[in-house]
Amino acid sequence: MSLAGSTSAELAVKVSVRNLDFYYGGHHALKSVNLPLYAKKVTSFIGPSGCGKSTLLRVLNRMYDLYPGQRAEGEVLLDNENILDPAIDLNALRARVGMVFQKPTPFPMSIYENVAFGVKLYETLPRGELDARVEEALRGAALWDEVKDKLQASGLGLSGGQQQRLCIARSVAVRPDIILFDEPCSALDPISTAKVEELIEELESQYTIAIVTHNMQQAVRVSDYTAFMYLGELIEFGKTDDVFNTPKEKRTLDYITGRFG
Amino acid sequence: MSDHIVKSYDRDLENLGRKIAEMGGLAEKMLAEAMEALSLLNIEVAQRVIATDARLDILQREIEEKAIMTIARRQPLAVDLRECIAAIRISGDIERIGDLAKNIAKRALKIASETRVTRATIGLKSMQEIAGMQLKDSLDAYAQRDIEKARIVWDNDAQLDALEDSVFRDLLTFMMEDPRNISFCTHLLFCSKNLERIGDHTTNIAETIIYLVTGEPMPVERPKGRDSSLDVTNGEAL
Repeated sequence: MSLAGSTSAELAVKVSVRNLDFYYGGHHALKSVNLPLYAKKVTSFIGPSGCGKSTLLRVLNRMYDLYPGQRAEGEVLLDNENILDPAIDLNALRARVGMVFQKPTPFPMSIYENVAFGVKLYETLPRGELDARVEEALRGAALWDEVKDKLQASGLGLSGGQQQRLCIARSVAVRPDIILFDEPCSALDPISTAKVEELIEELESQYTIAIVTHNMQQAVRVSDYTAFMYLGELIEFGKTDDVFNTPKEKRTLDYITGRFG
Repeated sequence: MSDHIVKSYDRDLENLGRKIAEMGGLAEKMLAEAMEALSLLNIEVAQRVIATDARLDILQREIEEKAIMTIARRQPLAVDLRECIAAIRISGDIERIGDLAKNIAKRALKIASETRVTRATIGLKSMQEIAGMQLKDSLDAYAQRDIEKARIVWDNDAQLDALEDSVFRDLLTFMMEDPRNISFCTHLLFCSKNLERIGDHTTNIAETIIYLVTGEPMPVERPKGRDSSLDVTNGEAL
């Protein structure tokens, strides 16, 4: 694996993935993956379907724990604490590591409740503070102006792009450290995609962000660092500009230029 | 670089390369003929050079359009993106080389009726040989994506600069020997400047090839020969 431009001294490592292996039952889905996620930077994960990029994302908030037969080996240090440790508080972890999925997943409840739902799980806030938190999150997700007059309307009534931003607001509301995006724009039209990308740029100043995307141009646009994965291995990790201009590995070049056989 | 999943993408890039080769061939011919027109003061050849330039301009525009369309259509990355950018840059350089050759041909027409100083064109002939060789090598380097060859072109430009310097001194001497030579020799001075600039464009092409292949730009400064034409303005010449 090539590690280009990853040694810059001023970068703080938020998450350090070390010798990570992952198994879906007998299937070895991640093979000895090592990489950092830098604090308040956007890291994109690219690679063909089945390469393990979504799996890696699912490890970062222990989503896989919900499924029997899936297990991870190695270490994932979040602020130097191994989140793979069985003793770790999963609820607290998931409050720190938010996730936004490919298809918007609003709950069948009001816009307000969609955002307040996560907060209520972790904190008991007085009504006024909760209102303020909901507004802050909706503003943070660039949705406030569009929904402020219909907070009690159902979240399901929003457009796809708005629903996705609602889900981002739900993640932001619990004030996480990290937000994981799993192909957040693949079901969205270009305008909604642009809004989500604009949002990711804004969120970067406060959060460490990881994004899985099949859209190369999106990875170039939104991310500072890029990891290319193939068949469960991390093939190349480096600054996005380097990976997409002068990749070190031929497999990376073949993939990003559409030469994969 | 012809193994994209989408075959028409390969064809787009191959077409760019083919058109550059066509432009290069035309420019080489124009340069050789412009010099032939100048040394033999052959009006017919000079006019042919001038006429050929239009074709070069059309080709350059076609390349630019196709490269832009390829960028818009395919959103190329890495070396593919550099292929498109390189095609735009190199076609621009070749187009300028054509313009400079055309300018030499125009001057050949102008001085056809003047008193000749036969000796005066000898140095220019050597310049044209080197410039022609530099052009050929840069085009070969492009066709073969050969960065070593490109680097040699880049290094060799100093030769042409040095030669321009000596041609400059010769022409000054001829002008001082006989003021009737001034008009003829002044045109030749411009021609030698044109040849030197053609050399500069070939080094631009070489730089673009290195960028195309490696993704890295060349250093800003390149080796330069001494330029005594600048000394004249300081009153130090001769």
